[in-house]
Amino acid sequence: MHAASDLLFRTLGDPTRRALFERLARGDALTVRALTERSGVSQPAVSKHLGVLRRAGLVEGRPTGRETHYRARPEGLEPLFGWMGRYAAFWEGRFDALEDLLKRMDQ
Amino acid sequence: MTKSIVVEREMPHPAEKIWRALTSPALIADWLMANDFAPELGRKFQFRAKPMPGWTGVTNCEVTALDPPRTLAYRWGDGTESDSGLRTLVTWTLTPTATGTLVRMEQSGFRPEDEAGYRGMSGGWPHILAGLERVAGTA
Repeated sequence: MHAASDLLFRTLGDPTRRALFERLARGDALTVRALTERSGVSQPAVSKHLGVLRRAGLVEGRPTGRETHYRARPEGLEPLFGWMGRYAAFWEGRFDALEDLLKRMDQ
Repeated sequence: MTKSIVVEREMPHPAEKIWRALTSPALIADWLMANDFAPELGRKFQFRAKPMPGWTGVTNCEVTALDPPRTLAYRWGDGTESDSGLRTLVTWTLTPTATGTLVRMEQSGFRPEDEAGYRGMSGGWPHILAGLERVAGTA
């Protein structure tokens, strides 16, 4: 579960990927071509980001004819919304804050 | 059958100093949360955060192990604070190393139903995307 949420953070930490995922999350299945329009990113870059999103379980692709339609998988976000995923992220942040405090403390 | 989260980090500080950060209320408030902790076995205390839908913002705790400067454990949640009734145990273990201290935190006692029961997935897409922004922003 911890590793799963790490992967999700890394995947969604990238603003372009997050924007692609949010675009798919809002509606229908879209092709790479449709996703590239208005994205401000090249088609190969969009394909690459979609591959990363797919490996993280956040999107799935369905071949239709010569093109593949991608759609968002809401269940892929579960590790972030379950308690364990939330706490894993919470404690990583608290450890950072603890190290920061230790630097400021006197011996 | 329950599950745990473990976070472990080596820190270039002596165990005694880290122990102070883990057990002094003012220092705990600095890196963790507002609290009324006291280093006494059996001490009941609370962590307080901002309330959220489905959660009062309070975490009811009780010190269950205290062995300075090595082991500290407290119950984290008594099942009354949130919709999910989360009841876990947080255990801190400090182990001196050649260059500092290995700090290990284990939060144990997550039941399978704690995951399924969380309301975060039930609010629909706008709710999920708002949460996503928040979570990804902390990564």
